[in-house]
Amino acid sequence: MQFGIFSVSDVTADPTTGQTPTEAQRIKDIVTIAKHAEEVGLDVFALGEHHNEPFFSSSPTTTLAYIAAQTSTLQLSTATTLITTNDPVKIAEDFAMLQHLSDGRVDLMLGRGNTGPVYPWFGKDIRAGIPLAIENYSLLHKLWREHTVDWQGKFRTPLQSFTSTPRPLDDVPPFVWHGSIRSPEIAEQAAFYGDGFFANHIFWPASHTQRMIALYRQRFAHYGHGDPDQAIVGLGGQVFMHKNSQDAVKEFRPYFDNAPVYGHGPSLEDFTRETPLTVGSPQQVIDRTLGFRDYVGDYQRQLFLMDHAGLPLKTVLEQLDLLGSEVVPVLRKEFDALRPAHVPDAPTHASMMQKMVNA
Amino acid sequence: MMQRTLAVVSAGLSQPSSTRLLADQIAAAAVQKAAGSAIELTVRVIELRDLAHDIANHLLTGFPPAALKEALDTVEAADALVAVTPIFTASYSGLFKSFFDVLDKDALADKPVLIAATAGTARHSLSLEHALRPLFAYLRATVVLTAVFAAADDWGADSADGPLRSRIDRAAGELAREIERRDPVSVTDPFALTVNFEDLLRNP
Repeated sequence: MQFGIFSVSDVTADPTTGQTPTEAQRIKDIVTIAKHAEEVGLDVFALGEHHNEPFFSSSPTTTLAYIAAQTSTLQLSTATTLITTNDPVKIAEDFAMLQHLSDGRVDLMLGRGNTGPVYPWFGKDIRAGIPLAIENYSLLHKLWREHTVDWQGKFRTPLQSFTSTPRPLDDVPPFVWHGSIRSPEIAEQAAFYGDGFFANHIFWPASHTQRMIALYRQRFAHYGHGDPDQAIVGLGGQVFMHKNSQDAVKEFRPYFDNAPVYGHGPSLEDFTRETPLTVGSPQQVIDRTLGFRDYVGDYQRQLFLMDHAGLPLKTVLEQLDLLGSEVVPVLRKEFDALRPAHVPDAPTHASMMQKMVNA
Repeated sequence: MMQRTLAVVSAGLSQPSSTRLLADQIAAAAVQKAAGSAIELTVRVIELRDLAHDIANHLLTGFPPAALKEALDTVEAADALVAVTPIFTASYSGLFKSFFDVLDKDALADKPVLIAATAGTARHSLSLEHALRPLFAYLRATVVLTAVFAAADDWGADSADGPLRSRIDRAAGELAREIERRDPVSVTDPFALTVNFEDLLRNP
């Protein structure tokens, strides 16, 4: 099972000091955070894509390539890559390039994006979000698997004799996760292709996640990719830890109360009850995270949101230390012991290459 | 007897409130009128006061806490709705509007709705026609023709069988007839697949 972190790349004031990091500082910090994720033994770093302030990450493959150059085992991913407003040709090219530079340590998570104005800024219409995701991905899928592509669709200029370069490393396309909170069409899309499905999980009641994953598993089997429990599932999570759980609550509360998305809304206690957010001791985080399995089954990837809402770099690095030393080793052991042998790990470049050789 | 459900949304703030009093009288009249058409109406009352924090939280986080979710589901699954608000500053209260803001936009489609309001004086009565009726028209509800307005003096002892009573009965009768004309409501599962993926792929 893979464990890692995902960042939305927000540049947010620290509510306890009123200080907002510069974009320049925050961008350097994210690199430090990603490198530290590897140092503490995490497997995955995933970065979001946004085209509006207060987010900096408009160009994730640039950032990920820079991180790839300074790490050696870390799997680089996205959370998410916008399949609606990006040109699928450019996604094919950028991620194949990143694959080569990172020696195959790359996968990506596709999402539609929910910021209304981004669609018209890129010449698209948010009301066509699902059709865009479906058409664009079908092209992306083809570009990575067929050398010379003739293609015509509704949303993009046609292609005649086009070859996306560079070709995927070893002719193995990057593994793709599809992320969605409550659109059954996207769970269906992931199932149709036998790709992974990632549930954001963190801002929503567990019942959403449970329903979406159940649908994805059932349809994954329907399309003949394996048994429902062999589908490839990823989950988000959000934690803040301290050895003493009361200290965790005390330290995190101002960040929670002022956070983008849910700040000035529900209490920390309400939100902890309603969503997977866990603020407490490492043991509480372990217990809660193991509990995810009860409603989604054995799954392959767990990503935590650790660096948002103005948390200072020093705090984020300390949180990663706790995650890497006290939480993930226990989760790895416990999840591995519970998982039956026929449930696969998340695909990696090496495992997909092996599969190709065997086939 | 046919079984049907009636959701009653009351946005009164005081406890007890005249808004809830009006809501209960309308609900009782609706039960009685429905019984006359061999319909057993089960009433489910939703007091928005109890959900005020949840409604604000839903606006901020994008999902309903459990108690609010139950209320939204109750309204969506009901065969008819009685919606009663106090008139604040020439319109429905903000809490009342916020509840319908977080309700799914299709939840009231073709649902019979009886609108009602309370206020200090009769000067506010047309708020029902220029504020509540368009709101429910936008949500594609079937709003019955009679709206019920109760000013403070409508609660006077000498009006127990007066104009308010007769408007309640007329509106309740209209609501019962709309319920009778319809099949029971069936709720669609938002997580269910409604399209064939290969069709979507061929024709996005």
